Amino acid sequence: MNGEELTEQETALYDRQIRVWGVDAQRRLSKSHILVSGLKGTVIEFCKNIILAGVGSLTLNDDRPVTDELLSANFLIPPDETVFGEKSLAELSCESLKDFNPMVRVSVQKGDLSSFGVDFFDKFDAVVVSCCSLNTKKSVNEKCRKSSKRVAFYTVDCRDSCGEIFVDLQDYTYSKTKMDKMTECKLQYPSFEEAIAIPWRSLPRRLSKLYFAMRVIERFEEYQGRMPGQTSAADLPNVLNLRKELCEAHSLSEHQAPDALIERLLSGTREFPPVCAVVGGILGQEVIKAISGKGDPLKNFFFFDAMDGKGIIEDIGKTNDDA
Amino acid sequence: MATEQQLSAIKGEKVLMVGAGGIGCELLKTLALSGFQDIHIIDMDTIEVSNLNRQFLFRQSHVGQSKAKVARDAVLKFRPNISITPYHANIKDPDFNVDFFKKFSVVLNGLDNLDARRHVNRLCLAAGVPLVESGTTGFLGQVTVHVKGKTECYECQPKPAPKTYPVCTITSTPSKFVHCIVWAKDLLFARLFGDKNQENDLNVRSSDASGSSEPAEDVFERKRDEDIEEYGRRVYDHVFGYNIEVALSNEDTWKKRNKPRPIYVRDVELAEVIQQNGNLDKVSVFSDPLSVSAMTTIGLKNPQDVWSLAENSRVFLEALKLFFLKREKEIGNLTFDKDDQLAVEFVTAAANIRASSFGIHLHSLFEAKGIAGNIVHAVATTNAIIAGLIVIETIKVLQDDVKNYRMTYCLEHPSRKMLLMPVEPFEPNKSCYVCSETPLTLEINTNNSKLRDFVEKIVKAKLGMNLPLIMHGSALLYEVGDDLEEDMVANYAANLDKVLAQLPSPITGGTIITVEDLQQELTCNINIKHREEFDEENEPDGMILSGWTQALAQKNDETSKENGASTSNVSQTVSLEDEEDDELQILPAFSGFAGNKRKLTDNANSSSSDLSCVGDENKDCDDSEAIVMLDGYGERKKCRVQ
Ligand SMILES: [Zn+2]
Repeated sequence: MNGEELTEQETALYDRQIRVWGVDAQRRLSKSHILVSGLKGTVIEFCKNIILAGVGSLTLNDDRPVTDELLSANFLIPPDETVFGEKSLAELSCESLKDFNPMVRVSVQKGDLSSFGVDFFDKFDAVVVSCCSLNTKKSVNEKCRKSSKRVAFYTVDCRDSCGEIFVDLQDYTYSKTKMDKMTECKLQYPSFEEAIAIPWRSLPRRLSKLYFAMRVIERFEEYQGRMPGQTSAADLPNVLNLRKELCEAHSLSEHQAPDALIERLLSGTREFPPVCAVVGGILGQEVIKAISGKGDPLKNFFFFDAMDGKGIIEDIGKTNDDA
Repeated sequence: MATEQQLSAIKGEKVLMVGAGGIGCELLKTLALSGFQDIHIIDMDTIEVSNLNRQFLFRQSHVGQSKAKVARDAVLKFRPNISITPYHANIKDPDFNVDFFKKFSVVLNGLDNLDARRHVNRLCLAAGVPLVESGTTGFLGQVTVHVKGKTECYECQPKPAPKTYPVCTITSTPSKFVHCIVWAKDLLFARLFGDKNQENDLNVRSSDASGSSEPAEDVFERKRDEDIEEYGRRVYDHVFGYNIEVALSNEDTWKKRNKPRPIYVRDVELAEVIQQNGNLDKVSVFSDPLSVSAMTTIGLKNPQDVWSLAENSRVFLEALKLFFLKREKEIGNLTFDKDDQLAVEFVTAAANIRASSFGIHLHSLFEAKGIAGNIVHAVATTNAIIAGLIVIETIKVLQDDVKNYRMTYCLEHPSRKMLLMPVEPFEPNKSCYVCSETPLTLEINTNNSKLRDFVEKIVKAKLGMNLPLIMHGSALLYEVGDDLEEDMVANYAANLDKVLAQLPSPITGGTIITVEDLQQELTCNINIKHREEFDEENEPDGMILSGWTQALAQKNDETSKENGASTSNVSQTVSLEDEEDDELQILPAFSGFAGNKRKLTDNANSSSSDLSCVGDENKDCDDSEAIVMLDGYGERKKCRVQ
């Protein structure tokens, strides 16, 4: 037994999950610090999950004022405008998240995510970003990588009834027991920028079509200077043009990002709460794994589509050039 | 996904949720956010501290209150305009009858035990209401859809029976720690602190084996004015020393086994136990009987530590003493409760001392409590994921989108790149006794089995009936209900104690009897086959019910032939049990997954044995073997609903 022991209160509260991941994992969780930015439904689900799991602290970043749309999959804030005041989405969410587990410190960090420097991200063990531009994703990911210690980086976004998670654990070593023997496993993760820069034709065959569709729409939003999810069915012709361009550049068949799928992703801007629960649950599990060092972490994309019900892991980073 | 269409499918529908626990809290939240506006929720439980790590609608201040009611209030805070009707009640209450179920468009289960799941399955079938069923254990979970006539019902595939152990393994030849726990909990604890009139094998065996005329009761009874220390040491020496010596004298038993070592108090270093007088003062501080603790008075702090034999012995003697000093009034009425600290300490210590004797690894109090209390692993994330999947299926059910129904497995390790694996549901099993009224066969010795044995072991335990009625032709043999005439009640009570062949309308080989549950509206016919002998070890019930398993194997064989598949590894789904930690018997938490692999060819005559290999070792959530059997899942599609 190293480090402090769990208190009696912690042991009682976390009893059922200590039976899943053990005392050491629980201890590591309780010392971890998590940052989330972009508090839509999926991230709210994630916040609930890791607060219940008993992380040390959770910092919320989202200065947006509350709107009906932002509350559509939010179970933290009563739909009562009189209590909103001047408070931001993060501030209002913080108030009720605190109640979920008095042992977790929940706080708000105001400011634009892209304006924070390396030393800011350095304070965290895991950073989860959502609802932000492609550029912000890339730059936050790079800052996490420049930190002196490993800061796990995640992006999560849901469109229509689909969700995508990206994971960057950099160089990640963990041990697992196989046939009663402890073995060391080493994983190398590419950054988000590196992963999406991999030429499409060199990606594994039968890759989830969601990957390509999400990249096309992400590019579209970037070109148009739109916030993620600020799309509609009317954008379809322009997006299909962009798809054509990208697919040609990558020598990939356009069928890999089908019209119908792109149309769904563009037009379904209302959050679908069951998908938020599923994707926020998977993300919660992944962050818990990475912090506790227990279990095989996801590498490095996860896709869920409620239409076919599949929750798929794709490893995008291994290219044909890798030796 | 056409959201408008979904919203309109959801809006006017009345849904029934059974269970407001781990899955229930997540489900109620997700239903409310998704636009459901008329939700009824039933749960008989009240909130406990150990729920709070995942049942996020509850707070410390709610401990002791109704789960259903608190969950309702919590959800109305963020969706004030919907209707949630809570019932703090048991789903098996007669009020929740077929007419009650008929009011709903769909029923969603977030239950913690097989019994209630089967009950709800029957009511849904009788009422013709679709059921979405679910379960989680640790990182594993599953959601299934059951629509009468379209997909299999919850009971189309036999469920794993709760794990039981042969009596002699427990009383004489334990080889695993769980055997020691069962012994400590069900035999020793029950004998010392429980109802003295209960049958108890500890009692029987110890006197049997000794072969002396000494009445066994004397050993466990504290003599008048007997010093409590002396009494404790006497019990200790008897169960861990004398009884082992007696067992050793039966040399045949040990030819192929390691001999146990008798342990007497004098063999153990108990130095500090002797100075208990000082401890007594500390003890008196406790006001709540459930917080009296032997380990605390002895100075052991960490429940995660594995105690030495000496420490276990000290805890054993201290706990025994504390029961008599602090909780004497309860002695004679106690049953083991995982939340009773002193009981857990006593059982842990006793199991560990016995384990030492038999050369079995010792365990910490935390681990022992988990085994003794059948505490199941549970985390919030899995419940949240499963709840999301339930809502997705529910919307399909409300849209009658049959071809898209899926059962979904939530896995810990990806299989074919999938963490969430959807599988097309099976069609109904044509020979399921629950949804297809297929007769069953019961092998039983009709000359010595009483009707009571049949009611307890078959009708209740195996058929899961709640308010049974048993008929032979037009003769009523047994019935349960509030509205019975007194003479009928007396008549039935008399029948219970009669041997089958001597009933007013005798049940013998060749008889067909009808068993009915009026609440579940389930009827099944049972062909009786007389059989003289049963194997005490393998067939401890002295009766064997069979029928629908064999028929299933045949049916699936045909299916695979039709499809021209020679390698028909049709995996069978057995639901995960025990989302929660209630009063279950030793039930393998992983039975669902570990029991899944099931080759049809091996299965032709295994009505009850196909899951026999599933034991407590599968309880460990890190058991990666648990997923191996999923390989056969591709073949399931052959059983597509047509
Ligand atoms: Zn059935």
